[in-house]
Amino acid sequence: MQNKNNKMKLLVPLVSVFFGLLIGGIIMLVSGYRPIEAYAALFEGMVGGPYYIGETVRQMSPLILSGLAVAFAFRTGLFNIGVEGQLLVGWLAAVYVGVFVDAPAIVHIPLAILAAGVAGALWGAVPGILKARFKVHEVITTIMMNYIALYSTNEIIRNYMLAPGERTENVKETASLASPFLQSITEYSTLHYGIIVALIAAVIMWFLLWRTTMGYELRAVGFNQHASQYAGINVSKNIVLSMAISGAFAGIAGSMEGLGTYQYMTINAAFTGVGFDGIAVALLGANSAIGVVLAAALFGGLKIGALNMQSIAGVPTELVGVVIALIIFFVACSYIVHWLMNRVSKGGKI
Amino acid sequence: MSFMDILALIVPAAIVSAAPLIFTALGGVFSERSGVVNIGLEGLMLFGAFTGAVTIYYGEQLGLGGASPWVSFLVAMIVGAMLASIHALASITLKADQVVSGVALNFLAAGLAIFLTKKIFNAGQTPVISQRISKSDIPFLSDIPLLGKLFFSNAYLTSYVAVFVAVIVWYVLYKTPFGLRLRSVGEHPMAADTMGINVPKIRYIGVLLSGALAGLGGAVYVASISGNFTHSTITGQGFMALAAMIFGKWHPLGALGAALFFGLAQAISISGSHIPFLQDIPKVFLLIAPYVLTILALAGLVGRADAPKALGTPYEKGKR
Repeated sequence: MQNKNNKMKLLVPLVSVFFGLLIGGIIMLVSGYRPIEAYAALFEGMVGGPYYIGETVRQMSPLILSGLAVAFAFRTGLFNIGVEGQLLVGWLAAVYVGVFVDAPAIVHIPLAILAAGVAGALWGAVPGILKARFKVHEVITTIMMNYIALYSTNEIIRNYMLAPGERTENVKETASLASPFLQSITEYSTLHYGIIVALIAAVIMWFLLWRTTMGYELRAVGFNQHASQYAGINVSKNIVLSMAISGAFAGIAGSMEGLGTYQYMTINAAFTGVGFDGIAVALLGANSAIGVVLAAALFGGLKIGALNMQSIAGVPTELVGVVIALIIFFVACSYIVHWLMNRVSKGGKI
Repeated sequence: MSFMDILALIVPAAIVSAAPLIFTALGGVFSERSGVVNIGLEGLMLFGAFTGAVTIYYGEQLGLGGASPWVSFLVAMIVGAMLASIHALASITLKADQVVSGVALNFLAAGLAIFLTKKIFNAGQTPVISQRISKSDIPFLSDIPLLGKLFFSNAYLTSYVAVFVAVIVWYVLYKTPFGLRLRSVGEHPMAADTMGINVPKIRYIGVLLSGALAGLGGAVYVASISGNFTHSTITGQGFMALAAMIFGKWHPLGALGAALFFGLAQAISISGSHIPFLQDIPKVFLLIAPYVLTILALAGLVGRADAPKALGTPYEKGKR
């Protein structure tokens, strides 16, 4: 049984990715593009050379963190759609510390990342408290909190941190994650040290969930709230805690943008999309740390490779968005895969 | 500036911004009252806007003239229902997580709409339409002193259609056998099943209706407000409609009131700078007001909002 479960865990994502790409190919064919040429260009643009690899890895870092955020909350039975908003407040906090604090790099970078984590945690804790105290469903509150974060961060930038170009000043060099070394070995891609932060976060998530009492309690609440309550676990506390930790991961994802990729924060007309992509990453990665890293590599790569696909095969980059949506649908509908597998393994009998 | 002038500035603007929200929120009522969460309203509305913009453009080319927006509404409703059928298939038949399926629907709609826009028009946006829904005074009613000027002058016909549809939805939900069945399936599907109601069928109808109405909302947005479709045409209106539905306590007339209220907040945030005592309030408070109020409503601070009991749970026959 255990063996079969493990097999399913691998099979569902692989089958989903295969069918997502297959249907994406059919859509291209129907729209008059050449799918094989397009996918070749896509693959080339993902990993076909140091520059592309650098870009893919750079794109991975925020995706890993936003995926971890969604996955962590999932483990406690919570659906954090608010990663987008927590990411924005984290981004703002990191840039604020990066711009206004003076410190040597060894202090400044951790401080800015910590600020991002705390801001995200506080923003994430609000829906947690509302859920624990008032039984309000977190899906709705986190969506609402996203918009509140979007408009509020824009207003704060506009009033207190505005630099020419609808954005903040650049963060000080001591707070920057940019790395001339990493850039030089990847033919001057925008790769930065953020990937190290993201991988450390993945290890932390695994450790918290599987090697601490706290993680045991969080997972127990996710499996069965009533049983946990009966066993003496404080369910309310764990709900708030889970949302706060999830928010912290999301906030740190924001610091990847603020300290690494952009070095500043813009006034955003709309969401970045990184937070929503995190949902896709977590689902495909089956909410495990290693799965999230692998799924982030795939989705990050697809997004970067899409640019090459557009310039070589002329296929609009949005096709990748469609493929990702299809993959989520197939993962979500894994019920049918399970059902089919059961039919097959029982030799056609019910 | 007198008080009446202020009202004359804000109220018509509020009614205009509210119409797409009303349609979409009513769609949400159908889906969620049948027990299926529909986070996908945003995507459905977005695809409705795309369909509307394309249909109106080609309607003009074919010489449909002033009728093309109305034709586009019909097309957008059909396409919206078709797109929603994916959500229905996933969440009702295949018993997928309804929230996940809704999120996937949003991704799919956004990706597909812009992909097709680029494919068809070779540009990031559709051409701007010339046949918009025009503003007009309603005969007789606009002559009523005070009220006529506020509510029946210089407004889009679609806004009145929206209010009318809300009343129809209320009638259908609360005064017809179908409405009773829809609500019972959302509250206690097993009891409904025992009484011989086909639970999946009713839920399918609920989700398809939500797709049709959200598609209509998107098309109305294009025909009355934006005039074309770009990647930033629909950014959050669908989620705001979702908020309106919840703030309206899953009731059609409540959703109507909430959508009008959110429309008012939007209208004030746009034209607030012309109004004496409102120009001192930072715009951001008006922008976030709908979302903050929804959270407060859910927390029970502005009247308790309770969801249908079986919302979000797939129905499995024979499961206790």
